[in-house]
Amino acid sequence: MSVAVKLPTQLRASAGGESTVEVEAATVGEALDALFARHGELRERLCDDDGGLRRFVNVYVGGEDIRFGDGLATPVAAGQEVQILPAVAGG
Amino acid sequence: MGIISLSCRECGTDYDLGAHYVCTRCFGPLEARYDHDHLRGDIAELRRRIQAGPQNIWRYADFLPLAGGQPGPSARASSRAGLPAGCTPLIRADRLAERLGLGEVWVKNDAANPTHSFKDRVVSVAAARARELGFEVLACASTGNLANSVAAHAAALGMESYVFIPADLEEQKILATGVYGTNLVKVRGTYDDVNRLCTELSGERDWAFVNVNLRPYYAEGSKTIAYEVAEQLGWRTPDRVVAPVASGSLYTKLEKGFKEWLALGLIDGDVPVMHGAQAAGCSPVAQAFAAGHDVCRPVRPDTIAKSLAIGNPADGPYAVELARRTGGSVEAVSDDEVRDGIRLLAETTGVFTETAAARTSASCS
Repeated sequence: MSVAVKLPTQLRASAGGESTVEVEAATVGEALDALFARHGELRERLCDDDGGLRRFVNVYVGGEDIRFGDGLATPVAAGQEVQILPAVAGG
Repeated sequence: MGIISLSCRECGTDYDLGAHYVCTRCFGPLEARYDHDHLRGDIAELRRRIQAGPQNIWRYADFLPLAGGQPGPSARASSRAGLPAGCTPLIRADRLAERLGLGEVWVKNDAANPTHSFKDRVVSVAAARARELGFEVLACASTGNLANSVAAHAAALGMESYVFIPADLEEQKILATGVYGTNLVKVRGTYDDVNRLCTELSGERDWAFVNVNLRPYYAEGSKTIAYEVAEQLGWRTPDRVVAPVASGSLYTKLEKGFKEWLALGLIDGDVPVMHGAQAAGCSPVAQAFAAGHDVCRPVRPDTIAKSLAIGNPADGPYAVELARRTGGSVEAVSDDEVRDGIRLLAETTGVFTETAAARTSASCS
């Protein structure tokens, strides 16, 4: 199913200037893999050597932090938005 | 020299002194980096210069991230620029020490700042840097105290401001913020939802979000508490520090302040043992510390300490590391213990604090 991956301004230069990338995916992990397949440079920026998300990367599905769900296995429904944001704001 | 770059705490990549807060290579937080070599040498003269400075945080301008030094054409004029913060009392609290069974306790009363919280320190620095960078609008995501401070500083500087808060904040804090004539935006959701919204907006609006795109500058203001405490103790460090922890920014910058001055030989002593206090209803840092984890799993806040209700703390991993490295701790205290902490502090020192600051006295108990 088609989901939208929304990129923060800091990543858009690595994605051809796009702010949103439409991908086919059923989970967050699949959405990110599809994103990396299209824009390979993003994998290094968002993931550590073990393939997990770096510790200052927040990912939301429908506005909910995926750590309140199943992490990268969190399901995404058609039309839902996967949002990537830096974790270093606030306080 | 003073500030020379913004540097990623994770991978070390350097950035120019613009409105950046996140490393584009690894998403790590950016932090102000300084060259203090010009301050080495005559320590007595440096101490005299600080003491002859204005009675506010700008006496520490050499250690703050302004490209042009302290605001205003002279040290005297800087006292009148904006809303001067800092130089708050450090109170020797013998009766509190006795009740706690401790030898010597001091209380830093930052409620003596213009809008009654330490946020005036960080906002003073962020607002000054925002003006240097040419911003005309100040903004923030707030749990209450920051909203007051941003609104007040914007009013003092003649800037427009937008403050974003969770809709369920304490009524008196909302009222206090509104009186300064800011644009107050209530968001249905938690502080973390507000923070997410502001992170998005910072990429779309040409506004200085003090704790988002200006966060590396803003956070440096917290160091002035460490400088003041050391100066007020007679140019020495305390043995231990107990501080409230929400995002972890204040807690970690206190250590940075002490370390900078220790490295210059400006003060005697060692880096203090650092203790942090969180609300049991919102304690992601305390939980990570207790579990031996390096990262903080976010939580949904449920506490009366609204100003500490940050479920996804930006500096959480660094706060955990600091507590471990200094032999300290990060404790969680219940809302009932907070109420007792407010009463204990008031009865023994005459200081009537709010819920967030009472974490510290409750934690000591």
